[in-house]
Amino acid sequence: MGLMRPALLSVAERKAAQGHIHKIKFDTPFQPRLDALMQTHEWYDWAGYRAPHSLWSEELEYFAIRSQSALFDISPMVKYRIEGPDAEAFCNRLTLRDVTKLKPGRVHYTAWCDDSGHVLDDGTLFRLTETRFRLCCQERHLPWLLDGAFGFNVTICEETEEVSGLALQGPTTCALLKAAGFDGIETLKPFDIRDFAHQDGTVTVSRTGFTGDLGYELFIDTRRALSLWDRLWDAGGPYGLRAIGYAALNTARIEAGLIVANADFITAETALRADRARLPDEIGLDWMVDLKKGPFNGRRAIEAARRDGKARFVLVGLEIEGNVPADQAIVYHRKKREVGLVTAAIWSPTAKRNIALATLERPYGDSILNDLWVEIYALRELQYTRLMKRAKVVPKPFVKLARRTQTPPGDF
Amino acid sequence: MTSSDAIVIGGGHNGLVTAALLARSGRKVQVLEASDTLGGAARTEEFAPGFKVSTVAHLLNQMHPDVIKALKLESHGLSFGKGVSPTVTLSENTAPAILHGGYGDRLDGVSAGEAAAWKALRALLLRQTDILKRFLTSPPPKIGSLTRKDVISFGGAGLALARLGRDDMREFMRMILMNIADVADEHLSDDRLKGLLAFDGTVGHHLGPRSPTSLLGLYYRLAGETAGEAGAQVLPQGGMGAIAAALAKAAEAAGVSMRTGAPVGRIEIENGRATSVTLESGETLKADIVVSALNPKTTFTDLMDVRELDIGFVRKLRHMRMAGNVAKLHLALDRLPEIDTLTPELMAGRMVIAPGTDYVERAFNPAKYGAFSEHPAIELTLPSLSDPALAPDGACVLSAVVQYAPYHLREGWASGKVKFLERVLERLESTLPGLRKTVRHAELLTPVDIETRYRMPGGHWHHGELQADQMFVSRPIAGHAGYDTPVDGLYLCGAGTHPGGGVSGLPGLNAARHILTREA
Repeated sequence: MGLMRPALLSVAERKAAQGHIHKIKFDTPFQPRLDALMQTHEWYDWAGYRAPHSLWSEELEYFAIRSQSALFDISPMVKYRIEGPDAEAFCNRLTLRDVTKLKPGRVHYTAWCDDSGHVLDDGTLFRLTETRFRLCCQERHLPWLLDGAFGFNVTICEETEEVSGLALQGPTTCALLKAAGFDGIETLKPFDIRDFAHQDGTVTVSRTGFTGDLGYELFIDTRRALSLWDRLWDAGGPYGLRAIGYAALNTARIEAGLIVANADFITAETALRADRARLPDEIGLDWMVDLKKGPFNGRRAIEAARRDGKARFVLVGLEIEGNVPADQAIVYHRKKREVGLVTAAIWSPTAKRNIALATLERPYGDSILNDLWVEIYALRELQYTRLMKRAKVVPKPFVKLARRTQTPPGDF
Repeated sequence: MTSSDAIVIGGGHNGLVTAALLARSGRKVQVLEASDTLGGAARTEEFAPGFKVSTVAHLLNQMHPDVIKALKLESHGLSFGKGVSPTVTLSENTAPAILHGGYGDRLDGVSAGEAAAWKALRALLLRQTDILKRFLTSPPPKIGSLTRKDVISFGGAGLALARLGRDDMREFMRMILMNIADVADEHLSDDRLKGLLAFDGTVGHHLGPRSPTSLLGLYYRLAGETAGEAGAQVLPQGGMGAIAAALAKAAEAAGVSMRTGAPVGRIEIENGRATSVTLESGETLKADIVVSALNPKTTFTDLMDVRELDIGFVRKLRHMRMAGNVAKLHLALDRLPEIDTLTPELMAGRMVIAPGTDYVERAFNPAKYGAFSEHPAIELTLPSLSDPALAPDGACVLSAVVQYAPYHLREGWASGKVKFLERVLERLESTLPGLRKTVRHAELLTPVDIETRYRMPGGHWHHGELQADQMFVSRPIAGHAGYDTPVDGLYLCGAGTHPGGGVSGLPGLNAARHILTREA
């Protein structure tokens, strides 16, 4: 039969292809610039990389996202190159959404599941050309992807180190890029991808981000990475460009109602406990499951779970009275019955509301929405104050900004 | 486009059993066999002018009575011929030990003390096998979703265990995953009997007698019965092809339509359901259900678009171990070999060259590292002795199962085959002096040959190693036990499913029963 069978990598080759296993901590190529700007010395571990939690001020970094331009190093994001005549078919079998509808030069947010329909990760799939894709995500998946490549004429390799990334987010970013010589950037629509010249090569820019704001993500060959930072930095002054850490980004992403793997749900391959894995329908990704397309991984299990009513959990947005963030708080029904857990919570500076993402056990959060409470333990000078606050299920995103999708974006 | 209720891919014995049983339920059934003859690995073929032999399986010892009954095989020509054949240990240094009846219910040539020890061991093993036997005809339960039937089946086994009595039950639990060498050492002192057990526990498995769980291979053998005798064997008149012929007759009588020379190229799937098969010739045949008697790996990775399957499923399937370790030797001899110590009746049975546990273990050692046995263990039969039609007048056919011959031979079988044949002939010559002078033609089938000729990946009899991790609830693969597949309307019925290989008809029987409840 006519299937092409690329030689799958041997165990030794697979080991060599996953160098991150052998290194304790990576620096990204932007480390010299981050080091120079770092004042708080708050670093954290992002997939084996040293990454800034904050650089100078968590709060002001957040406001750079919402009022100016914020530059965030996304190089540690795991990236895979998927290339070949069957690349589209491969991605379509791997992920939940219909990849045949994803045109070259476009990105979509998607997720992929194991055979049980449990989510392995979510991420963005970039269709760079007809036959070349880039999959960006939180966790590592090379063995899964390579095993999935059996029977497909496709080559897959991890390019996390080879390709560096910067997220440029905020209302003045389009103007900034224009000033930095990215001609025509204003015509880029949300989820569009375009290559721009940079030095003797190119930088791939997508109108994407993790903030719910106007913004772009720039991907570049690691060898040219530092000069891209400098190009943006040099142009950025008049646009209020600031480097930011994860804390600010996290605030923005919660406002945008975006979830983070292994924070708001446990990915199927990392879950140690059998009941922690989640179906797409249990983490608010049911809209991705495209039953109109052909077979894809986990389809049978998802269909069966829907048929049998096996989706036990639901991920919801909560608005909580008061102003104390309800991080990791337990959610109660009638202040008594434990029905879920808050996975991310902030006082939203833009919405001016106390908001949270929470996973509830159905029917709570699904058909039973009233009389929900969260129990917050606020540590105040070595004494916990226990607060029982009313919570309301509200639609996400908590913050919706017209400038996120407006094309061309406003000029500054 | 022709259409049937069910298409069965593969006209081996399991495929024929499933086809016949489905047809007897009133369904229109089409069998598609790739080669020019039915029978799969149960076949009689001419390997030299005038010489015929059972080319893969050469003894019948496991055909299940339920299969015989359900298909009325005796009325379709199944015959146990001249009755149960003895087993004889063969060695140049020692006189033979002879096992009569069902796996030595009577012994000759051993001391009275050893005969008593054998009797006790045999009785113990048969009691234990009785517990396992009930699982042969029950489909493996799906872990995580046990049905009432599963619970009853387990309950029944529990009761049977309890009926063994406390001591016997504990002994069974202690022994079940032991190796055959230790079990033999615990009970016996005669190396000839130990060597025979070592061979019978390991033949067809990638195990040596001292490998853990090698006792399971012996249980599997003893779970079989022939002519009502547990562990008994016969050489069918007309060879194993006669068994296939009886099955084909039963299938024909049930109304099954059978096509040979019709290799399937592809199982067509629409919206997650198997709808038809396309032959290599391009012809398409529609059916409500498709049943594959082929190796699971062939079925899923060669005959369908792999994107119809989930990645984890394919990953497990591709890791299913199925590298055969046995070669088959056919010799066309000028005359019957002379064995002074044996009567013609004994020579017409099964003769085993495996003089001791160490001998078999040493034969296994090189197989671990991709080399064949320097001194192979051999099970040989002289089928023309009881069925003269298999050889020209006065001449003789020798059929031998030879281990170990690893599928993944490091030097490759292209050059290794001649060398291994020489080793095997040397070994035979030293036990049967003068044999080589009478060899008119020799045919050695390595696992690679068996794979190519009989379309069995790895040349593996069982369509996948039959070891604890690939048995019962994990056969063909963990999480997907039994006869259902992820594809609606597609079922498995071959040796890759529970209980496994051997000419038992059981996977075919179980699959048919399962399909009939599912597609009622």
